[in-house]
Amino acid sequence: MNTLFDKIWDAHTVKTIAEGTCVLYIDRQYIHEVTSPQAFAGIKKRGVGVFRPSQITASPDHNVPTLNQHLPPTDLLSVSQLEALATNCRENDIEIFAVGTPRNGIVHVVGPETGLTQPGMTIVCGDSHTSTHGAMGAVAFGVGTSEVEMVLASQCIMQTKPRSMRINIDGELKKGVCSKDIILHIISRLGTGGGTGYFVEFAGSAIRSLSMEARMTICNMSIEMGARGGMIAPDEVTFEYLRGREFAPKGQEWDAAVERWKMLKSDDDAIFDREEYFCASDIEPMVTYGTNPGMGVPVNGHIPHIDEVEESSRASFEKALDYMGFASGEPMVGKKIDYVFLGSCTNGRIEDLRLFASYVKGRRKHPKVTAWIVPGSRQVARMAREEGIEETLREAGFEMREPGCSACLAMNGDTIPQGAYCLSTSNRNFEGRQGVGARTILCGPLVAAAAAIEGVITIPEV
Amino acid sequence: MIEKFSTLYSTAAALEIENIDTDQIIPARFLKATTREGFGEKAFYDWRYDDKGKIREDFPVEEDRWSSSKILVAGKNFGCGSSREHAAWAIYGAGFRVVVSSFFADIFRNNALNNGLLPVRVSDDFLNAIFERVKSNPDTRLIVNLEEQTIKIEGTDMCEEFEVSAYKKECLINGYDDIDYLVSIRDEIEKYENDRK
Repeated sequence: MNTLFDKIWDAHTVKTIAEGTCVLYIDRQYIHEVTSPQAFAGIKKRGVGVFRPSQITASPDHNVPTLNQHLPPTDLLSVSQLEALATNCRENDIEIFAVGTPRNGIVHVVGPETGLTQPGMTIVCGDSHTSTHGAMGAVAFGVGTSEVEMVLASQCIMQTKPRSMRINIDGELKKGVCSKDIILHIISRLGTGGGTGYFVEFAGSAIRSLSMEARMTICNMSIEMGARGGMIAPDEVTFEYLRGREFAPKGQEWDAAVERWKMLKSDDDAIFDREEYFCASDIEPMVTYGTNPGMGVPVNGHIPHIDEVEESSRASFEKALDYMGFASGEPMVGKKIDYVFLGSCTNGRIEDLRLFASYVKGRRKHPKVTAWIVPGSRQVARMAREEGIEETLREAGFEMREPGCSACLAMNGDTIPQGAYCLSTSNRNFEGRQGVGARTILCGPLVAAAAAIEGVITIPEV
Repeated sequence: MIEKFSTLYSTAAALEIENIDTDQIIPARFLKATTREGFGEKAFYDWRYDDKGKIREDFPVEEDRWSSSKILVAGKNFGCGSSREHAAWAIYGAGFRVVVSSFFADIFRNNALNNGLLPVRVSDDFLNAIFERVKSNPDTRLIVNLEEQTIKIEGTDMCEEFEVSAYKKECLINGYDDIDYLVSIRDEIEKYENDRK
């Protein structure tokens, strides 16, 4: 009567010490340039080497420019972080997917697409969106730099086991509703702290019907409701996605692995600490209106009236609307957009680019909209080129950039100006996230495409 | 090693705002350092400073109070969002040793504990009582006793117990950190690896 999460977690528990604090073994750690330098400095100071370098993979992503990647970045601080990552990997025998090389990209895009991420694994990275990898049936979660250092030093971390939650989404999705809408809908109902303390398994017929990449978008944003991580039991969709990928098992090993992975599911009588139920047909295309991902409404809906907001949250609600330049009760359709950002570990995969391109094909970008189309990895960029997506985009007035985290957190210079509105397929609409004073409205690729064409928030015609 | 913690008496810097995310605590553009130092002065930068680098008058905590208090009190769901440990470094670097809220995001709480910054979770009512008390008298001190796991509001009989894992409590009191421990059990970890092959 175990949950999938229990099975994987328990199998990776090296030992339990006081009151449920576990020494948890980590199969794979991904690292990037922003949250790892202090961890490497830490082990160096302790005189300890990296314990299992072959189980660590690096991909610089946060700080990399999305134009002219063949030239060195102009920001010297970024350069020093990127160089520190390269040096640390070289000194410690860690594989790095360097900027400009075919495997480079956002760690959470690269891990699955190279086949490094596999069902049943425990995976960490110094990045909260590590939950993305849970879509493949792994226990994957974000950690801080001290924990990155723990894994460098011992391939383990100290953790308290979270409680378990299952979110069931059954039924059929409406036309034009994508997985980003599902997760924005869920977070708008449960709130940004609604999953705190829990590890979530997403289940139900609507989840089963999703592609592998669509599932990643959902697990990616489980952290935005505070959950430690999100996961989906592996199935044929997962196996088909993994088959033949570079680091996936091959031949007999593949067959044996699939047999093992088929066992990875919650028992029928598994008991979760909490269960939530959603009806897929209730979900509409979504946007956010405020300054956290829980402040979401259907595109055709309106910003809540102040009296619809809980009294204790009114001050935060008003602060958010003041920042966004919106008024309570306003409709979202028709709001003017200055920027559109398609990309990030949430929606920077090939399917996202395909969806966006399918909408803008034969249409024309609105002249007042600046659009940044940023593939999540070199591989995504290559596929977009080979499939003619780049050309479709170009014909519609869009330019495809080079891969990286880009405007999701605007560390690399892709910054939205003060006061400008950005319709963004990324994961966070926090104050200043995309630049000081930038106003972020989260949405999926279709809603972003429609707004890029119209210059205002609009319901996509599908 | 982290700094040892026992009992703390201090005034409080009160931010009566819910869902304070780590992008507010330390904006991403300040994450380009390769050391743990220097984040304290950047804590809550965009709330504390205007675009010319001048202190903003609408920041709820006066500068003196900010620099002299060792306890930060904030609305529920503190530290949500990004896993950046820089948020814990920034708060610690700004001189705080305790953060009080009625709800903490998981990763922030872990990061705080790994840096000797104690997250104290109190009830909504107790949190409101602190906010009211500090508003009416900013000199009010809070007393946080880790050994007893209690937090008191000075000048009142208000006291609440808070939770902290026995393991983390021992680490904080003695200044131990997890990495030394994990390195010390590498043999056991290797045995685990061999057993599951």
